[in-house]
Parts: sequence; C-alpha cells; structure tokens
Amino acid sequence: MANRIELRVKRYHPENDQEPWFESYAVPLRKEWVILDALNYIKDHLDGSLTFRWSCRMGVCGSCGMDVNGVPKLACATFLTDCAPGPVRVEPLKNFPILRDLVVDISDFLVKLADAKPWIIRKVEKPLEEEYLQTPEQVDAYKQFSMCINCMLCYAACPVYGLDPLFSGPAAIALAQRYNMDSRDQGAGIRMDILSQHEGIWGCTFVGECTKVCPKHVDPAGAIQQYKVTSSIEWLKSLVLPRGAE
Amino acid sequence: MKKRSNEPLLWILFSAGGTVAALLLPIHLLLFGFAFALGWLNGPGYDRLIEILRHPLTRVYLLVLCSLPLFHWAHRFRYTLYDGLQIKHLNELINTFCYGGAVVGTAIAIYLLWSIP
Amino acid sequence: MLHPTEYVPKSYHPRVSTYWWLGRWAYAKFILREISSIFVAWVVVTTLLQVRALKAGPAAYAQFQAWLATPWVLVLNAISLFFVVFHAVTWFNLAPKAMVVRMRGKRLPAAAIAAPNYAAWVVVSATVLWILLRG
Repeated sequence: MANRIELRVKRYHPENDQEPWFESYAVPLRKEWVILDALNYIKDHLDGSLTFRWSCRMGVCGSCGMDVNGVPKLACATFLTDCAPGPVRVEPLKNFPILRDLVVDISDFLVKLADAKPWIIRKVEKPLEEEYLQTPEQVDAYKQFSMCINCMLCYAACPVYGLDPLFSGPAAIALAQRYNMDSRDQGAGIRMDILSQHEGIWGCTFVGECTKVCPKHVDPAGAIQQYKVTSSIEWLKSLVLPRGAE
Repeated sequence: MKKRSNEPLLWILFSAGGTVAALLLPIHLLLFGFAFALGWLNGPGYDRLIEILRHPLTRVYLLVLCSLPLFHWAHRFRYTLYDGLQIKHLNELINTFCYGGAVVGTAIAIYLLWSIP
Repeated sequence: MLHPTEYVPKSYHPRVSTYWWLGRWAYAKFILREISSIFVAWVVVTTLLQVRALKAGPAAYAQFQAWLATPWVLVLNAISLFFVVFHAVTWFNLAPKAMVVRMRGKRLPAAAIAAPNYAAWVVVSATVLWILLRG
C-alpha cells in the first residue's frame, strides 16, 4: 500500500475569489483513516485556512456531509483506503450555495424542515400525568424515518432539489412522514396543507438517489412515495366529504 | 386555509396509466407489432378482430389502454422537460401540450371506438 | 437568514448544468426510464392507428399490417418494445416502495409486493394472447 494519497479539495474564499478552485494535498494513507482525518491532517500540518464542518466523527451528528468524487458522503464515514489510489476529489455538498471552502449555506433546508413541522402536533393535549403508550408495531410504523440525522446528503443527491427551488426535499418530507405515521401525532392534515402544495412533494420524480446515499437507511424516496399515496387518498376523500370534516 | 393543489389527480392518472402501460402494452406490441405482422404466429384475421372490437367490453378496454397511458406520458414527459431540459419557466406551454395532448388522444380514442358500426 | 455581523460574505451559487444527467450512471438510467414514456405514447398511437384501420375495412387493415412490417417502423417498434418492457420492469420493482403492507406486525419485504405484480403481468398477457388466438 502506498503511503500517501492525494486529496484535491475545492476551495473558495469569498473575500478574494470569484469562483471556487481546487488545491491538491498529499496526506498519509493510513488504513484506519477517513476523509475527515485527512482534512484535519491538512488543517493541522499543511494549510490552516481549510474550513469544514464536523463534530461527532462517528456518523450521528450529520455535520460533515461533502461530495467525495462526486458522490455525497459523510467525511467521517468514508475510508481513505476505499478511495485509493486517488486522487480523491473533495467538494462541498452539491445544490447548496458555498459559504467558504467545504462549508455550505443550509438555511434553505432549515426553512423547509420547519415547514414540515417535525414535532408531535396534538389537537387535544393529554394531561401531564397521562402517558402516550405505543406498541412495538406502532413504533415500527415510523422508526425508520426517525433515524434521519439531517446530514443533507439526500439533498445533494437529488437532481430535483438542485433544479426546483420550491421542492421541499427528501429529508423534510421523510421527517413529515415520520410524524404523520406516529400514533401520538394528530397533525397530518396541517402538514398536508403545506407539503401537498405544488412542488412541495409533487416535484419528486422518484429518481431514488436520496435513498441510495442516506447513511442511516432512512429511505426518503419510499417516504415520499407513501406520502404521495396518502395525499392522493386525502384528495379523493375531499371530493366526497366537505372540507374540515375528518 | 390554503387551497390544495390538484396535483394529486394528475399523479393518480400517472400511476393508473403507468400500471396499465406496464401490464398491457408489452404484449400488445409484441403481438401486433411483431408476431402477427411478421407471421411468427397466425394472428386473428380481419373478421375475427372486428368481432372482438364490436364487443362493448373491448371498446372500454381499448379506451382504458389508450387513454390512461397517455396521461402517464403527459405527467412524466412534463417533468422530464422541467428537469431534463430545465425549461420549467415554460410550464404553462408544457402543461397544455402534455395534458392537452392526453385529452385529445382520449377524445380521438372515444371517437374511433364508438363510431364503429 | 440571520446576519448578526455587518459584513455579509457573498456565497457562491453553482449553476446546474443542462447535462447534469450525464454526470452519473444512476442519473442517466433515470432519464432513460423517463424517456420510456415517449415510447409508451407511441404504442398508444399505433393502437389508435390500428383501430382506425380496422374501422376503414379489410383493405385498409391489410395496408396497416404492411406498414407495420416496413423497416423503419420495425426498428422504431423494436426500440419501443425494449422501452415498454423497461418501463414495466422498473415500474413493478418500484411499486413496493409506495405500498407499505404489514402482516402480523412486520412489513412485507419488497419482493413480496413485486412478485404478485409480475405474476399479474404474466396472467394478463396470457389472457390477451388467448383471446386473440382462439378462433
């Protein structure tokens, strides 16, 4: 095994640059190292100005999403040996504006996430002393969608999100579905009003790349298709029932 | 309360059309486009086809076969133009062409199928 | 977005290329699947032409059959046959994603939903064949 690997990292300094550019670095190729280790090595030893987000370094915080050789990956979960012999192209997540180097502006995602109202909505609150009990089957109904760590790899993989500013995106819809399927939640109608608008969910053409890149196996593509089915059934119901009667 | 969009209806038509197209179009094309046209199989003659066609159920079957897949095409092609060619700003033109085309095709199918003596 | 400081750096907004779908094989396969809808529409058109020919009489129908056997129509229909089968296969393989079926508390695996779709495809095709071939 060679003892070095080349990383080509996209750089962008807004105070100086009109366009991003690539810088090459040679980092040690250690068998237990991931891209994040390589980036920290660069920052510590080669170029202290390199800017990137990271936190838990174990695939649960969702901070270190970036495009590795064109595919959205978690930097802390991508081994250098899997990218050998290199060079490895490291770029910020696609479909987001670049703030600096590998850091992207995620505010659009945060707005869309809030639109999905990812919290338990009750029409009638239970008194504090009463518990919300759930059977294992009831937990199973939404558990997969609750694994989302908001890493936005799915947004980088989704061509529709890159092309359509109105599309809510995979994670937001999957999280809406996570609460819709939660037996404790009564907010499905409110979420439907927001998401079933033009392009909220309907822009999705089931490319399926979001599910492929998700590091937590959330299957957002499946969530969106299920949401389309639910939306369609609600729409048919609204034809025969007056609005507001549920 | 915001008015909900009518996209669900278009998606329902797309799904129904996709299912009809998937189940029926391959065998129809294989038989009429190849097996019968090239003589691989002895196909039904003209009289037998007219006899089948005259049955009211056949007319309904063929209407479903022709109309729903056209709505499937309309919806899918619309989004292919939006995302593939990035011409979503022409969306009114695209929607008219696609869904209008499906409606016209359906009208033609109705006319052809129910004007057979 | 909150801007607590006065200086707001200008972020870089990458443009999506018109050829984004050539960038990855997964995207190209997706576009091929979407293009299949054009051939679905073409098969509908040939079916309508067939009905029109039947309506017009035996001579017209014989002409229609001859047209079906001309080289460019055969090539177009061969490509269409590939695409409608491609559509069917991708359609049945993706159907399980939209339908969550639970039995005895566990979700059925994807194959359990796809298999009946394929079975229906075979049964329906065989029925059509039988109706057309029996005298």
